[in-house]
Amino acid sequence: MIGERPPGDDPTRPSGPGPAGAEPNVTEPAATEPNATEPNATEPPATEPPATEAAAPTTETTTTYTATTYTATTEAAAAAGEPPGSGRADADADADDMVEAPGAVDTVEIARNDPGRPQPYAELGLADDEYDRIRAILGRRPTSAELAIYSVMWSEHCSYKSSKVHLRQFAAKAPRSGALLVGMGENAGVVDIGQGWAVTFKVESHNHPSYVEPYQGAATGVGGIVRDIIAMGARPVAVMDSLRFGPADARDTRRVLPGVVAGIGGYGNCLGLPNIGGELVFDPCYAQNPLVNALCVGVLRHADIQRAAAPGPGNKVILYGSGTGPDGIGGASVLASATFDEESARKRPSVQVGDPFMEKLLVECSLELFREGLVVGIQDLGAAGISCATTELAAAGTGGMRVTLDDVPLRDPTLRPEEILMSESQERMMAVVAPRDVERFLEICAKWEVPATVIGEVTDGTSLVMTWRGQVIVDIPPGTAADEGPVYERPYEPPADLPSLQADGAGRLPRPGDADELRKTVLWLAASPNLADKSWLTSQYDRYVLGNTVLAMPEDAGLLRVDDVPPPADDQDGQPGQGGLGIALSLDGNGRYARLDPYAGAQLALSEAYRNVAATGARPLAVTNCLNFGSPEDPGVMWQFARAVEGLADACQALGTPVTGGNVSFYNQTGSTAINPTPVIGVLGVHDDVRRRLSMAFITEGASLMLLGETREEFGGSEWAHVVYGHLGGLPPLVDLAAEQALASVLVTGAREGILAAAHDLSDGGLSQALVESCLRGGLGCRISLPGDPFVELFSESVARAVVAVRPGAEGRLAALCEAAGVPVRRIGVVGGDALELENFFSVPLAELRQAHQVTLPNYMG
Amino acid sequence: MSSRVGIVTFPGSLDDRDAARAVRLADAEPVPLWHGDRDLQGVDAVVLPGGFSYGDYLRCGAIARFAPIMESLVPAAEDGLPVLGICNGFQILCESHLLPGALTRNTGLHFVCRDQRIRIENTETAWTREYAAGQELVIPIKNIDGCYNATEETLAELETGGRIVARYVDVNPNGSLHDIAGVCNEAGNVVGLMPHPEHAVETLTGPTTDGLGFFASIGAWLAGDLVAAS
Repeated sequence: MIGERPPGDDPTRPSGPGPAGAEPNVTEPAATEPNATEPNATEPPATEPPATEAAAPTTETTTTYTATTYTATTEAAAAAGEPPGSGRADADADADDMVEAPGAVDTVEIARNDPGRPQPYAELGLADDEYDRIRAILGRRPTSAELAIYSVMWSEHCSYKSSKVHLRQFAAKAPRSGALLVGMGENAGVVDIGQGWAVTFKVESHNHPSYVEPYQGAATGVGGIVRDIIAMGARPVAVMDSLRFGPADARDTRRVLPGVVAGIGGYGNCLGLPNIGGELVFDPCYAQNPLVNALCVGVLRHADIQRAAAPGPGNKVILYGSGTGPDGIGGASVLASATFDEESARKRPSVQVGDPFMEKLLVECSLELFREGLVVGIQDLGAAGISCATTELAAAGTGGMRVTLDDVPLRDPTLRPEEILMSESQERMMAVVAPRDVERFLEICAKWEVPATVIGEVTDGTSLVMTWRGQVIVDIPPGTAADEGPVYERPYEPPADLPSLQADGAGRLPRPGDADELRKTVLWLAASPNLADKSWLTSQYDRYVLGNTVLAMPEDAGLLRVDDVPPPADDQDGQPGQGGLGIALSLDGNGRYARLDPYAGAQLALSEAYRNVAATGARPLAVTNCLNFGSPEDPGVMWQFARAVEGLADACQALGTPVTGGNVSFYNQTGSTAINPTPVIGVLGVHDDVRRRLSMAFITEGASLMLLGETREEFGGSEWAHVVYGHLGGLPPLVDLAAEQALASVLVTGAREGILAAAHDLSDGGLSQALVESCLRGGLGCRISLPGDPFVELFSESVARAVVAVRPGAEGRLAALCEAAGVPVRRIGVVGGDALELENFFSVPLAELRQAHQVTLPNYMG
Repeated sequence: MSSRVGIVTFPGSLDDRDAARAVRLADAEPVPLWHGDRDLQGVDAVVLPGGFSYGDYLRCGAIARFAPIMESLVPAAEDGLPVLGICNGFQILCESHLLPGALTRNTGLHFVCRDQRIRIENTETAWTREYAAGQELVIPIKNIDGCYNATEETLAELETGGRIVARYVDVNPNGSLHDIAGVCNEAGNVVGLMPHPEHAVETLTGPTTDGLGFFASIGAWLAGDLVAAS
């Protein structure tokens, strides 16, 4: 059915799933066994991962979900190994038929009359029992078009079949929060920030495409998440990105990183969205599997929330945006291997190409359509394109929809219906519009020069019917594809090496012996790739566009003014903006902590993001996440995933910050080696008056420096152990969520009362790195004295800590706030001078610090 | 009476809202203009904002130059209508031949976003009257095609004619010849600027408020026009 692609890329050919396609399995001996050892024999057949599924070459599959339900974007399913009796030769012949006789289309009628025709379901990643279930649902064999739809909608990426059973905790343990306006099954959650304003935000991965084609992979990652935000009715107002690569000095890192940064900048800058923050981390575990997680945040009025549903028989289904081309057809099945090797070049064409200009038109056009109330339901087209949008819109509506596939505007007229259904062409949206509004809808699209076409309508039936050349090629209950995918309870157990890893604590590592070694260590950390100045990267992003950026990297969190323009007069949702309302966002993760203890690791990532948001004076409100893990078919990885989800759900409950949505990215591994489990957590905070925001910069000569929080001797997974010894072992810092809440309350109140001149959270690199960053940011030094063990005081990574500069005269007030909140506080020094000085030990001139901090990335990246 | 300043939105314009905000903060009235219209709505001045008009496909500003609104704007500018082109707007003015030279890919080949120090070289233009000669400002710059290029004769003309409005100081972020950050036409009513003054109008969101002067200058210029006319 996809016979027009190069032979090697054709999953319906024996050579596809043959030696080449099957090879990766060789590196995963365990993977071919699990169904034999499946514990849940009591589960209904459809919920068991069968051999073919388990044997599938891996692809990064990402599943997108919101608090209780999960919306899907997709990559097509991975090509599977040859299943028993799938009639491969016939299947191949079947595929060739289609190519040689383009007119010949598999219709529902043919499917009824020719029930025995072998189908290449295994090559599309469907297991024997999944295929049988489709036949049971339809009461016949699926047509090739229906097979295409089920194969992408039931893929790991779309059906979250491995993660679903664990993700349910986010809803089950969701804290009561009046702030959550939408969390249920929409493209992204929506949070109330007051004064009639709402915010929607979400983070998604584009890891494997970014490794294969760094520029386009990263660019389309930004484009995809931005469309999710538009689909909620919001104006996108900023993006952030969390990036992880192999060692900074690795040749391949110099290939991938500059391309990814250029792609994120090229798309985001051209789209006119400020990039206000993120992460850049280097670790050998990401060497052949970089992580590119993109976040977008949008702002809207309560009344403007849009839903992804297609109710109302007679309403028209309109496809608008770019034409449909062969981009990324079966993207995932071509990118099916987690083992990137010489084949990568051959795989390149399967990465979609982005057009930020069209996306910009799509944003303005969609917002104008929303403003005029012309949209009944809306869905963005990401991966799985039309298959995903039609089945989800129909399933969420009354169920019935009729689509004329011939009417889909094509960039490549030779596309077959199956390819049109699977195409991942970018910059497309699908809207459901009342007949009376269609004319005006098309006028507005024309004004923005956005192509728009009516391709179908909502019917009062319960099935999704698609025609091609006048014949019915799809007739399915949409819910069976969109919502009723397989659910697996994959086996999990702690990785075998975990006990020895945890037993190998950082305590055995030799520490700096004297003042000079302490001084060297301060500079060493400040210059290490993970802690060095990131300007080389951030200066390639526009942080000013839209004119509402109050804080951006390298500050603890990005901070945006929300109500620059007062709400419209006819807005009933609340009083006009006071000019001070804003939102803060931080995105954090720590794969080393999570490797040592995934439950704690996920909580520590949340803790840091929560602390970063509070450090600007904002009140943490809601959470999004991107869960990057290896193969769920590896019980050790599945255990890491289960523990991380449990840890995050428990911590969100404790902190009272609900998960509004997120994304799961599996199969991040090379061969049988998985990345460190890397949950990346985004926290959204609300700022009542951004004019009172806190910066990390030391700019007030003579201000007292106070250290908030308790410092313990904690070096497991620390930046110090990583930089100085390349050591990973022991246990991560102790999680203390109550202390985080207490610290946040002091920071938020301190900001509101205007008693703080600066605040900076302590995390990677501890107090030493925090002081380095605050001094260089403000251009002022500081003189401190530390009573305890200077090594522990400077480099320990205990949580729930921050360093603040207090306005002269306000020390007493801060002490009172801390006492009331139960936050330990002590004066460690004073801001001033042109050096970072630790009494009785060392002094480092800012010029020397700046040199060490700033040269690292340019030296590596050129 | 506050002057009415038109702000043109092309497909792909990005800083049009920012330009409107800056005009408002300078006590003038922003008037949205659409690329597809020919009517300038009797505005007293026009800003071509930054962005990626038509995706900067083909060549920066090369397509916008043919927009219907430009059919009215070009002759109006030649008749003395004050026009400020910022970044992509500068590129459009060069493509329209209202200003000499061209903006090409930064010598570093990267997009550059930084707080840039510039020096005002000409305070006689419609957009720089609020500044003192030689005054230094810190204003954001953000571009990937900001390298000003022109022939030796043109550069000589610009230098001798005092038509270099602003120069980069300390760092030349994009390799522009003669450190040129902005130029004007002979009459001084048309100014092209690569840095973004509209992003330096509020202490809350900008590095400085140094950019306000560009938008405040227009009032004085128009007042001068009225005097001349009377």
